Amino acid sequence: MSNPQQLRYSKEHEWLSGAQDGASTVGITEHAANALGDVVFVQLPEVGDSVTAGETCGELESTKSVSDLYSPVSGEVAEINEDVVNDPSLVNSAPFEGGWLFRVKVTDEPADLLSADEYTAFTAG
Amino acid sequence: MSSTELRRTALDATHRALGATMTDFAGWDMPLRYGSERDEHVAVRTRAGLFDLSHMGEITVTGPQAAELLNFALVGNIGSVKPGRARYTMICREDGGILDDLIVYRLGDTEAGSLHYMVVANASNAQVVLDALTARAAGFDAEVRDDHDAYALLAVQGPEASGILKGLTDADLDGLKYYAGLPGTVAGVPALIARTGYTGEDGFELFVQPAHAVELWEALTRAGEGVGLVPCGLSCRDTLRLEAGMPLYGHELSTALTPFDAGLGRVVKFEKEGDFVGRAALAEAASQAEQSPPRVLVGLVAEGRRVPRAGYQVVSGGAVVGEVTSGAPSPTLGRPIAMAYVDPTHAAPGTAGVGVDIRGSHEPYEVVALPFYKRQK
Repeated sequence: MSNPQQLRYSKEHEWLSGAQDGASTVGITEHAANALGDVVFVQLPEVGDSVTAGETCGELESTKSVSDLYSPVSGEVAEINEDVVNDPSLVNSAPFEGGWLFRVKVTDEPADLLSADEYTAFTAG
Repeated sequence: MSSTELRRTALDATHRALGATMTDFAGWDMPLRYGSERDEHVAVRTRAGLFDLSHMGEITVTGPQAAELLNFALVGNIGSVKPGRARYTMICREDGGILDDLIVYRLGDTEAGSLHYMVVANASNAQVVLDALTARAAGFDAEVRDDHDAYALLAVQGPEASGILKGLTDADLDGLKYYAGLPGTVAGVPALIARTGYTGEDGFELFVQPAHAVELWEALTRAGEGVGLVPCGLSCRDTLRLEAGMPLYGHELSTALTPFDAGLGRVVKFEKEGDFVGRAALAEAASQAEQSPPRVLVGLVAEGRRVPRAGYQVVSGGAVVGEVTSGAPSPTLGRPIAMAYVDPTHAAPGTAGVGVDIRGSHEPYEVVALPFYKRQK
């Protein structure tokens, strides 16, 4: 699997895009999606919610388990992906594209987000 | 993960070549899934799936008094099982607590006057069952032998299973009933062919020498190519058995429960000859179950999409009325389902106001009779 170069990554396996129209997009990585197995339910924060870097802001249920969703940055939720709420399998089939989770107006970004190469090395270890 | 090395089946390299996600299951490194567990589940319901179940524990019991030993050691009437047939049964402690649920196959007699059985235990309990059978064999003219390493176990399950197997064997599959087994040859490999499974579908379990496992797996894969057979991992095996309402040891069954607590009192045969381990306690449990029924194992179907997990509380009107033992999203129903032990007052199908406490939120659930899924014959 390859992690897109233009994204940055958290050690909790979320990805973050660069800002576009004032907000950045958040999703989980293919590595995380594969580890979860078939995702059957996603609970996302609501538009207008404040999220804090490194804190839980939702959950992902797969066949075998439930996992917390962590926000990679702090900010205000600008949009959520209704498609992925209706069809959680998008997280598995297109984690970096149609399976994105929410968009956030970033107010603070941790200094320790990883580059694609660093995240690839992180998950290989 | 434990520090001891995981045991690997004869098909380990095959699983890795197929890209399986592996998991530690009772000390065995087993395939959890090869791709999407949902797709694997659907394949077994509509076409066919191929499983490696070599972690299951085989114990051979032979001798002139093999039947008497098993009648004493287990709760079922094993003496009534005819050659070539199998029986679902349990082994209990003296206090009636369930040590494991088992399938006992009666094979052909090895020699005149000596009976031959194969007891198949859950991987997690294989040693416990072996130890109990060995201890209980004292005084019987019978031998108990650990044959875990003597067998690989492959299962072909699903509506296409019999068609796939028919092309590979001369054995009379049409004459082979559910819960029957016969020795035969599959793809040139000597096998015990059993019509058993844990999926709610028609299917077969093939006990073969480990040295033949890869050859058989590959032959089955080729034979199933045209009808959509896929390799299947333990993840979908769990959702398949859950939909079929089949109990899993460690979830619906435990030493804290008797077969009567689990709603499976029918496996206890008081009418059989002689004493058996747990008889007195189980007789007590049976009459207790009639006078004041214990919690009842029921099915729950979600109205929403959040998935109940083992250990979650079943609630009604702010009170705890039960506990979930197994839960998963059901591919067939398209909604989360669970098995749960609930108070008899809340066990009737359609009971209003029952929910599951899912991490603090009370999600509405419908009480239904088990199983969730029954195949059309």
